[in-house]
Amino acid sequence: MATSPKLLTAGTEEHDLTRLDEYVAVNGYIALSRARDLEPQALMEEISAATLRGRGGAGFPMGRKASLLAKDTGNPIYLVVNADESEPGAFKDRDVMRFTPHRLIEGCLITAHGIGSQSVFVYIRGEYLHEFEVMRAALEDARKADLLGGVTIVLHRGAGAYICGEETALLESLEGQRGQPRPRPPFPPVNGLYGAPTQINNVSTIALVPKIIELGAEEFAKIGVPSAPGTAVFSLSGNVAEPGNYERPLGTTLRELIYDVAGGVAGGHELKAVIPGGSSVPVLTPAEIDTPMDYDSIQAAGSFFGSAAIIVVDERCCMVQLALRAEQFYMHESCGKCTPCRVGTRWLVQLLTKIEEGHGEATDLDLLQTVCDRMLGRSLCALGDFAVYPVASYLRKYRAEFQAHIDGSGCPFEGESSIEGIFAPVDQHVHPVPEVARV
Amino acid sequence: MTPQAYAEIQKLRTRYPRSRSAVMDALRIAQVDHGGWLPPEALRETADALDETPAFCHSIASFYDMFHLEPLGKHMVEVCTNLSCALVGAQTVLDAFANELGVRPGETTADGEVTLRAIECAGGCGRAPVVVIDHTYHEPVQVGDVSGLVEGLRGD
Repeated sequence: MATSPKLLTAGTEEHDLTRLDEYVAVNGYIALSRARDLEPQALMEEISAATLRGRGGAGFPMGRKASLLAKDTGNPIYLVVNADESEPGAFKDRDVMRFTPHRLIEGCLITAHGIGSQSVFVYIRGEYLHEFEVMRAALEDARKADLLGGVTIVLHRGAGAYICGEETALLESLEGQRGQPRPRPPFPPVNGLYGAPTQINNVSTIALVPKIIELGAEEFAKIGVPSAPGTAVFSLSGNVAEPGNYERPLGTTLRELIYDVAGGVAGGHELKAVIPGGSSVPVLTPAEIDTPMDYDSIQAAGSFFGSAAIIVVDERCCMVQLALRAEQFYMHESCGKCTPCRVGTRWLVQLLTKIEEGHGEATDLDLLQTVCDRMLGRSLCALGDFAVYPVASYLRKYRAEFQAHIDGSGCPFEGESSIEGIFAPVDQHVHPVPEVARV
Repeated sequence: MTPQAYAEIQKLRTRYPRSRSAVMDALRIAQVDHGGWLPPEALRETADALDETPAFCHSIASFYDMFHLEPLGKHMVEVCTNLSCALVGAQTVLDAFANELGVRPGETTADGEVTLRAIECAGGCGRAPVVVIDHTYHEPVQVGDVSGLVEGLRGD
C-alpha cells in the first residue's frame, strides 16, 4: 500500500512532539510566523480555500463558520476549542492532545490571528487528565518561548458530561452553568460565549490549520476528495484485529479502513455491522462498506461521518442488546431539558429491555419506531436525534433479529451474545446503586 | 476549606471574564479537599469562595458525573462498559473486579478502600477494555490483570 499523507500525525513516529524543541525541529511554529505576516483576511481566505470541514461531526467548513462572526459588536471575539471528546468509539482528539499538543496550540494561535481573537478557551473533557497535563506543559513551554503573542489560552477542564460536546451546552458549561443546550438562533458566531461572537471548532480541525498554512490550500486540497480535502484520523474499535487511530485521506472506503488498515475482523469472525461515525450514527451493513468515508458519500449511504469513529461488530453480537446498551448511554447523558429526549430515551430503554427479556409483543416493534419518529428533530440539540439513529437503524436493517426476540419470547442468542450481561452505569450520584437492567 | 484551596479558587476566578466559570474547578478543588466527595459543608465553602449560593453549587455538582455527593472509597476503579469495550469483553473485566473486591458496581468495599463503578465511554476504545483507576488509564485490561491491579491498590 502506498504511504498515505500524514498531517495531524506527521512527525510522531520519529519525534516526541510533546517537546517544543522537537516540534520546532519538524518546522513547528513556522506556519504561525507565516500566518502572522498575513493580513487576517488573507489568512482566512487561505483556510476557506482549503475547504477545511469540521472534524468534530457536522463537517461545516471552518472558513465559512468564521465568515459568520459578527463584526464590530464592541465585544471581544472568542475562539473555543471543543476538546470534550465523549462520543462512544471516538478517541482521536485525545491522541492529538497527548502526542501533538503544540500542533493544537499553533492551530489556536493561527486561527486567533485570523479571526481577530485575543482569547482562546480549550474545553477538555474532565476524564482526560493526562492529556490536560500534557497540554498545560506544552502551553507553558510556548509561553516561555514567547509564541503566544499576547493571546491568552485557557485550558478549561470539564467534569463528565457527554452533552458538553454539543457546542451550546459547552458554552453554558464554560460559563459555569449546567451543560444544557441553548435555543438557536442566535448562533455562536453572533451570540456565543458570554454573549460575544464565538468561533467553535473541534481539536482535530484546529490542529489541521498549521498544515494548511505550511502546505498552502492548493496542496492541501489535493489530499482527500474535492468536497472534503485533507485527512482524518479514523478511530477503529470493536471487533477488529488491530484497533487504533489511523490517519488516512478522506474518501478512503470503510472496506479499506477495516480490512487493509486495521487487519479485518478479529479472530476470523464474520462482519455483521459497522457503525461508521461513533455510536450516534446509523449503522451500515457489510453490503455497504464500499462507501468512501467522507461527509457526502457517507450521508448518501444513509449515515454520518460523525467523529470518524468506526465501531466494527461481528456476528456474535445481538443487535437488540447493542441497541439497548447504546440507548442506556443516551438516557444517562440526556441533560433533561427537552421532553422528547428526556422521556423518549427512557421509553426506548424500557421497550428494548422488554424485547430483550422476552416479553415483547407483536406491536412493540412498531411502537419502537413510533417513539423514534416522535423524538427525531424535536429537541434543541442533536442528542435527541443521536438517541434515535442507533435504535431506528438497527431496527430497520436487522428487523428479523428484533422479530425473532418477539416470536421466540427471548433472545435468540440464548446467553451467548458477545456483549451478554453488559452493565450500564446507573445514576452516579446515587449510592448504593439500585438494581438495573443488564442487557 | 484550607486557605491554600481558597487562594487557588480565587486565582482561577481571574482566568475568566465572569468568575462563575471557575465553578467546576472550584468544586474539584473542594472535592479533593474533602477526601474525594462533596459534603454539604464543601458546597457551602465553595459557594463562599465564589460568591455564589450553596444551591447553585449543588446544581452544578449534581449535573456532572465527576462530582460525588456521597462518600467514596479511598480508591476508585472505573470500568468502561460502552460499545467498543463491551464488544471485547468489558463485562468479564467488570465481573472480575466485582468478584475480587466483593462488591457490585456502584458500591464501596466494607473497609472503605475501593469504590467500583461502571462508566460510559472513557475514550480509550482502541485499547479496550479500558479501566481507569484513580484517574489513570489502564488499557487494555484483561481478566487476568484484575487481581494484580486490586492487589496494587490494597498494598497502598
